[in-house]
Formats: sequence, C-alpha cells, structure tokens
Amino acid sequence: MLETPLFGITLTLVTYLLAQKLYRRVGKVWANPVLVSIVSIILLLQLFDLEYRDYARGGDVLVFLLGPSVVALAIPLYQRREEIWKRKKPIMVGVFAGSLASIISACGLAWAFGGSREVILSLAPKSVTTPIAISIVEKIGGIAPLTAALVVLTGCIGAVCGPEFCKRIGITSPVATGLAVGTSAHGIGTARMLEVDRLSGAVAGLAIGLNGLMTTFLLPLLIAIAGNW
Amino acid sequence: MVRGLTFLLLFQFSGEAVSRIFDLPIPGNVLGMGFLLLGLTTKLVDIKWFEEAADLLLSNMALFFVPAGVGVMVYGELIAAEWLPITVATVLSTFVVMAVTGKIAQKLESSAEDDGGEDA
Repeated sequence: MLETPLFGITLTLVTYLLAQKLYRRVGKVWANPVLVSIVSIILLLQLFDLEYRDYARGGDVLVFLLGPSVVALAIPLYQRREEIWKRKKPIMVGVFAGSLASIISACGLAWAFGGSREVILSLAPKSVTTPIAISIVEKIGGIAPLTAALVVLTGCIGAVCGPEFCKRIGITSPVATGLAVGTSAHGIGTARMLEVDRLSGAVAGLAIGLNGLMTTFLLPLLIAIAGNW
Repeated sequence: MVRGLTFLLLFQFSGEAVSRIFDLPIPGNVLGMGFLLLGLTTKLVDIKWFEEAADLLLSNMALFFVPAGVGVMVYGELIAAEWLPITVATVLSTFVVMAVTGKIAQKLESSAEDDGGEDA
C-alpha cells in the first residue's frame, strides 16, 4: 500500500478538503487550510508511526506541480501587464527594500538571540523561494535542509497572516499587498494572494523572482561588509 | 487543457535547461515563467492555449505546498536545537519584510499618482 504514490496523494487531498471545510466553518486566520493540513498530516504520520519517505512518494507528485504552476504565473502577469508596468518603480524599489530588510532583520534577530553562525546564515535567505534559497545557502555556508524548513515556515506565516496584517497596518493597494506578501512569503504567500485577488497574486508571483534575484546578489555583498566590520 | 499543460512543461523544461547549461543562480521554473512572458509578448504563443491549465494550477497552488510543509518534520531536531533565535527571527522578520515592502511600494505608488503623470 505504501509502495505507490496513492497513499501520499490521497492523504493530502482528503486532509486538505477537510481543512478547507473547517476554514469555511470557523473563518479564522489560524484555520488556514495549508497550515491545518501540514500539522494534521505530520501528527497522523507520527501517530501511526509512518515514515516521511512513504508519505513523500505521493507528496512529491503534488510538489512537482509547483514547477508548472510557477511557469503559469506568467499568465496573470501578462493579463495585467499594463497595470504592472505602470508601477515598475514602486515594485522594484519595494522588493529591493524588502530583500534588504529580510536579510538584515533575520540575521540581526537570530544573532541578538544567540544563534550560531550556521543558523544565522541559514536564516538569511528565508524569504526566497526554495530552489533559489538552497543554492544561495550552499554558497554562503549555511545548513541547506534547515533553510528549506525555514523557507516553508516563513511562507506559512506570511500566507496565514499576510493579507490581514497588511490591512491592519494600512497597506490597502492590491499591488502593494501582493508585493509585500510575495516578497516576504514567496510561493506560499503567492498562492494565498491568488485566492484573495488575481492582480495581487500576479504581483506576488513577480516578487518571488525579483526577490530571489536581488537576494542572490545582495547577500554575498552584505556578508563581505559584515565580515570586514 | 492538455495543450496548455504541455506548453507549460515545455517552458519549464527550457528554463531548467538554460539554468543548468549556464549554471545560473535562478531556478528553471522562474526562468520558465520569464520565457513564457517573453513568448506571450512576442506573440510566439497564444494566451488562449494556457488559460484553462493555468487557472487549474493557480487556483490550487496552495495545495501543492502541503507536502513541502510536511517535510519540515524531518528537520524537527535541527530546529529544536536553536528554537529561540530561529522562531524569533523567522516570525518577526516575516512581518518586518511585509511592512517595509508594502509601505514603500504603496507610498511610491500614490506619489506617482499625485504627480498626475499616468492615468490610462
């Protein structure tokens, strides 16, 4: 039964459908279906003493679909290209500031709370989409699996709280909201923004790529500066 | 539907190939998104081919992240060892980035509109 992808796929879909039902019933931010599904599946696997590998055989099939999904983000971007092109300056400056803020705040806070060098470096690219984050962290000498886990955690926090948080601090424009959540919470945040508003989702998708590029070039520069300090 | 999915995978494949051949720091799927945008702009491909497949994938994108999130369980010990700096930095920094990015973008956006330059 566990030798085929059937188990992982079925478990994920059933859990996700139930989680969506729960979310619709309670309507609270913490009941985010992605978060509830992740926690429930981890608990279930541990309860029945099942190996992650047995789950991943099916899980990986679903994760594979992220690839073409990222490519498909070009479609809403193209559809809204005029609105987005008109705002190229706020978009570029916003993502640049966010990328810088991400590296400085993540590393600074981890350092202030006594994190080791490896952990501080592993946190640096946490707002960047997983494949880019991994290649960055391998270059600067962090722990790649830890980064992968932190990227997902960051994405969940941003997806769960992002739209509400933005509204509360007075960010109301769909472009600014999409940019904020996409820059901070990459693909998971983008998936959430696509549910809220298509323009926000398209901008969030653009922010994934831009933030990945900017962090790739900014981080080695900042490490060199911090090293000379 | 099948045509859309096929072309999405072809664009992903070409992005993947270019990323590997030139050893670029950008992953194949992000490059593929760029290539597709280029293809649409130059009318090399028609947006109609993609709409159905793109809509199906993008409407369910959140679901595809669930197994990636479950993968965190494998690194539980790694996180537990330095949970305090990790939790504080991850949580606070996520909000800091949203606030900085969103506030700056919104400020620039509204000042551009105040200039009265572009409204079409």
